[in-house]
Amino acid sequence: MRLLIIEDDRDAADYLAKAFREVGHVADLASDGEEGLAHALDGQYDVLIVDRMLPKLDGLSIIGTLRNKGIETPALILSALGQVDDRVKGLRAGGDDYLAKPYSFSELLARTEVLARRHGGREEMVYRVGDLELDRLSHRVTRGEAEIVLQPREFRLLEYLMKHAGQVVTRTMLLENVWDYHFDPQTNVIDVHISRLRSKIDKGFTQPLLQTVRGAGYMIRDGK
Amino acid sequence: MTANNIALPGDSDAAGLASPPHGEGRALAAQPPSQLARKFAGRTTALGKLLRTTAFKLTLVYMTVFALFAAFLLGYFAWNTRRLITEQITETVDAEIEGLSEQYRLGGIRRIAFAIENRSRRPGSSLYLLTTAAGEGVAGNVGSLATGIIDNPGWSETIYRRVDEQDSSEHHALVRVDQLPGGFRLLVGRDLEERERLYDIVLAAGRWSGAIVLVLGLAGGFFVTRRVLTRIDAMSQTTRTIMQGDLHERLPIAGTGDELDRLAGNLNAMLERIEALMGGLKEVSDNIAHDLKTPLTRLRNNCEEALRAAKSEGEYRLALERTIAESEALIRTFDALLVIARAESGHARDNMVTFDAAEIARGIGELYEPLAEEKGVTLKVEAAAVAWVHGSRELISQALANLVDNAIKYGARAGSADHAEIVLAAAERGDRVLLSVADGGPGIAEADRARVLERFVRLEQSRSESGSGLGLSLASAIARLHGGELTLASNHPGLVTTISLPRTAAPSPLA
Repeated sequence: MRLLIIEDDRDAADYLAKAFREVGHVADLASDGEEGLAHALDGQYDVLIVDRMLPKLDGLSIIGTLRNKGIETPALILSALGQVDDRVKGLRAGGDDYLAKPYSFSELLARTEVLARRHGGREEMVYRVGDLELDRLSHRVTRGEAEIVLQPREFRLLEYLMKHAGQVVTRTMLLENVWDYHFDPQTNVIDVHISRLRSKIDKGFTQPLLQTVRGAGYMIRDGK
Repeated sequence: MTANNIALPGDSDAAGLASPPHGEGRALAAQPPSQLARKFAGRTTALGKLLRTTAFKLTLVYMTVFALFAAFLLGYFAWNTRRLITEQITETVDAEIEGLSEQYRLGGIRRIAFAIENRSRRPGSSLYLLTTAAGEGVAGNVGSLATGIIDNPGWSETIYRRVDEQDSSEHHALVRVDQLPGGFRLLVGRDLEERERLYDIVLAAGRWSGAIVLVLGLAGGFFVTRRVLTRIDAMSQTTRTIMQGDLHERLPIAGTGDELDRLAGNLNAMLERIEALMGGLKEVSDNIAHDLKTPLTRLRNNCEEALRAAKSEGEYRLALERTIAESEALIRTFDALLVIARAESGHARDNMVTFDAAEIARGIGELYEPLAEEKGVTLKVEAAAVAWVHGSRELISQALANLVDNAIKYGARAGSADHAEIVLAAAERGDRVLLSVADGGPGIAEADRARVLERFVRLEQSRSESGSGLGLSLASAIARLHGGELTLASNHPGLVTTISLPRTAAPSPLA
């Protein structure tokens, strides 16, 4: 994955670039808005990570300019402003995801990878992971021969996990995308939902599909 | 009667501008000579200030209007009276001429001359003069006349002197000259003294009323202005005290219910609000100091401890993990504080929509139900079909989530007996929509209920649970942002927390 990080805080940018390189991605840096826009215009990137407040040209303007020129590279906005209306503004300006500072790297990584993959798009009607099958049209879930009965929310939770099969999804991503809540629920309610789901799809099968990624989130994949 | 004439020491205005404010001048009662000049300046300032007040300017305007009105009234009265007097004179003169002409017709020149002599002798008589065609006097009581008067028949005004008068003073008269058959000329007239006396009276009245208007107006103006100024000065004084930081002060209210009282009342209400906000701010900073510094200290201690004592990589790792956990808790607290601050400042009013609160309750119920079950609590949702409210769906969800989270954390423990139950309800009551969370836990003593709505307050028995201590104050701030309130009550046993919101009409299907 090729990334462009537009961030004026030198330390933060270096830390991000280093961390992304460690997990095997290519990361370029730009330290102000104009430089960032120039890079984004002529480079081939999978994802842009754009700080909202930048010298010379702010993050939302960069994304706006790119979208006007028909460049649809997915962009993740980083911002100290984390309220719902700030987020709405960011997404309306053409951002694809929004992450409030301070964030954990694992959260940023998970979201970036999902954005990069989304570009290819996995929008089949039937998702398959190992012998687990989810039919988005008939809302049927089966594992092997057995049919699994899920509550509507459990279905959507599994659907989201399977859509991003092989990728880490964080608790916040689940809360935002499956429940559409953007606040902190104090307690880790998501964990309990996951363990319920796990008991339905993995219990009694030798091969567990839904895995917990320590310090990051969850991932569904064929463990073979 | 114009403003220019009554302006007091002409340069007092200029002095007023250059000198210290009034209050200071007053305060310098017994000061060393070097400050006497300032004191004097202070006094002229007071006068200058008085003259510059709106009340005084208004007085001047009123005075001018009143004077103009009085002048007009007086003029109208004088003009009418003069007309009346002139009319009376003409009528009298016409009648006399008619009578005398009759005498002449009946008895010739002798009879008319006799009649004139007779009439002349009566007190307060008119003026008579009968002359031949050549102008020689035949009878009458007029000694002298302006030249040419007797030659012009008809009405005219003239100066005259009576025959029997000793002094040489001349009087004005309105006379009519008539040509009698046989060439004789008859003049009859009345003295105009009456009219002139009236003129004098009017003039005097004008002068006096002018003076009275001026004096009374100025005095009244000064009086009213001083009264207003005294109150305004008192207000300014208080305002200055308040600006120096004493927010407890309030503006004086005279109790008359006039516009100044209303203004003072509104300003006091504003001060009340500012004081409350400042108080809140102070409380927040105090609490931040306490509740954010405590975890920060722990954070730092962890790191120091690791640096000092950790030997193995595992120990370092553990310390770092603890550090991250602590910082995450800090971020959480910080986020909650930001949401509260936004809600309290009213900033979050953008993005408000009409939505179904019952659906929110069902959603939150669904989100927390597995967690409740894990803790051995039944979470029951009793939601009305629909309950429309206007506001931020996200914030209301967050508030409700906090209440449910609290109920699961604190409300479940005492109910360890068989099964604890939490009821999440959404209902319409009158013009309110009530979102309530009822648990069967230990509840909160009545004395503590108001306190737990404050930021960071966590009762001793709950210190062991994780949480920022901001849940209830956050819910309360969100409720207030929506024009509602958060109330705590007993559930016998347990606690009911209720967010009461104004109900709105269902959105139109087109919206």
